Amino acid sequence: MSADPSISPAALSGEVSLPEKLADVEPVRSVRTPIRLEYDFIPGSASSGYLNAFADRKILGQQSPVDGAVFVPPRGVDPRHGAATPDYVELPDTGHVGGFCVTRLPIPGRDDLEIPYVSAWIHLDGADIGFLGLVAGIDTSEVRMGMRVRAVWKPDDELGRTAENILYWEPTGEPDIPVTAAGTNAWHAKQAAAGEPG
Amino acid sequence: MAERTAVLGVGQTKYQTTRGDVSLPGLVREAAYRALEDAELGWDDIDAVVVGKAPDFFEGVMQPELFLAEALGAVGKPLLRVHTAGSVGGSTAVVAASLVQAGIHRRVLTLGFEKQSESNATWALSLPQPFSVSINAGAGGYFSPIIRQYMARTNAPELIGCMVAFKDRQHALRNPYAHLQQQDLTFDQVVESPMLWEPIRFSETCPSSDGACALVLGDEAAGDASTKPVAWIHGAALRSEANNFPGRDEVNPQASRDCADDVFAQAGITDRRGEIDEVEIYVPFSWYEPMWLESLGFCEIGDGWKLVEEGATHLDGGDLPVNCSGGVLSSNPIGASGMIRFAEAALQVRGMAGDHQVDGARKAFGHAYGGGAQYYAMWIVGSDKPTS
Repeated sequence: MSADPSISPAALSGEVSLPEKLADVEPVRSVRTPIRLEYDFIPGSASSGYLNAFADRKILGQQSPVDGAVFVPPRGVDPRHGAATPDYVELPDTGHVGGFCVTRLPIPGRDDLEIPYVSAWIHLDGADIGFLGLVAGIDTSEVRMGMRVRAVWKPDDELGRTAENILYWEPTGEPDIPVTAAGTNAWHAKQAAAGEPG
Repeated sequence: MAERTAVLGVGQTKYQTTRGDVSLPGLVREAAYRALEDAELGWDDIDAVVVGKAPDFFEGVMQPELFLAEALGAVGKPLLRVHTAGSVGGSTAVVAASLVQAGIHRRVLTLGFEKQSESNATWALSLPQPFSVSINAGAGGYFSPIIRQYMARTNAPELIGCMVAFKDRQHALRNPYAHLQQQDLTFDQVVESPMLWEPIRFSETCPSSDGACALVLGDEAAGDASTKPVAWIHGAALRSEANNFPGRDEVNPQASRDCADDVFAQAGITDRRGEIDEVEIYVPFSWYEPMWLESLGFCEIGDGWKLVEEGATHLDGGDLPVNCSGGVLSSNPIGASGMIRFAEAALQVRGMAGDHQVDGARKAFGHAYGGGAQYYAMWIVGSDKPTS
């Protein structure tokens, strides 16, 4: 690797001769072509059930037929066993904070978010994986793994078929879940309590 | 038994924010040309080409490998594309190696690239999904909660991440290909740089780079015929797992542990820290250095940060130098970043790493991860031909 990295290999940078009529034309170095893609989203049955239920202030998960694990949002499949998950489970709008991030830069399409904001993996009571949610109603420096939270919903007349019906998650004030049983540790803690290998 | 396989040549472009002087074909051509030059081979010597890059929507060019075929000298030859998100550079090298190891091809050109100046990767990684709320701000937003979990598990001192970032930027000053060349950077400046995705500071993140990296791989006869030192592949492995399932260990994923166990077993290595002379790990956010050192078995679980604190991973005086090239923290052309790790490992055992050479390096470890820390690629290369 003796080559000077700032110099293009000689064999690649040979002389280029232009036709005479182009001799005085300014060379084009780059062209900026913004692109746009619009599409319609047609949800499958699992996402349809999930999104439709949101309009009624309900959160639906699906349950693994193999080990009973509950997934939210439901995607129609248990990713560990490759099994279809046809059965819905209604979940409460309470849970705890797993991993979280205090974000200090704005993101496109969310001009409404005040910086800094907390994005967190929300582990609903009765669910076995987390899903993303905004945590608010508390100083960002006070947010903790294991902190108990409940959903703050949009008013009834603004509800749609969308996860955005939940404005954010706020602390309930209940005692924290121990970190060793919070977030992705929750499954193992639950299995251990049931006397089964996680 | 698999065919013994060697890295015959390495080619890199200078990594920088914008390579405005070359098109995508020009960029890949430059790296490929340099790899052939290093291998003392010509385009006609190549039997097949294997390329990788991050997802197409990063630059908005769909299936770019098709229009790059001529620039890569691949017309009329097998041309394969590998897709494993950020780990792709590593996976691509492993797939290319497998074509030689299987005896299908004698010499394969493999290349990873990204032209981040023609894209916006952070927001390409934050596409709104209809079944989720749109609050995730790029890769930093995704990995920050996992880093927070690591810190909670280990009670690591808060500035370990800053130590990694400062070390890698110092290493980069000794690698002329590295993007960030921050001569006057001080440790205090790293500590004082703004929090973006708390606990990740701006200075603890990787830059956006344009660049390409290429390798020429050959079979045993080709390795023996080389007039220059070659890097022999002692092990190469891939693993993956889903990114969200009950009980997933996001800090130390099973796919990472399994991949490491496989590659070290292939290489017959039992004392990982003692037998490996240089490590190139994929560290896009500083805390991933101690996290991967643990997951890869270079130390006990919970001790990764101690290696950083002791200076064990520094090129000067460390017994396990990590990312002597400056790593992903100093250059990040995403699709190339994994292959750069593999290439730098090869340069080390060939004794050709220049100012960032580890004296007498005989065995080196290359690593890449991608997606939601769910795709893994690893290889171990050595100065000597593997015995088995």
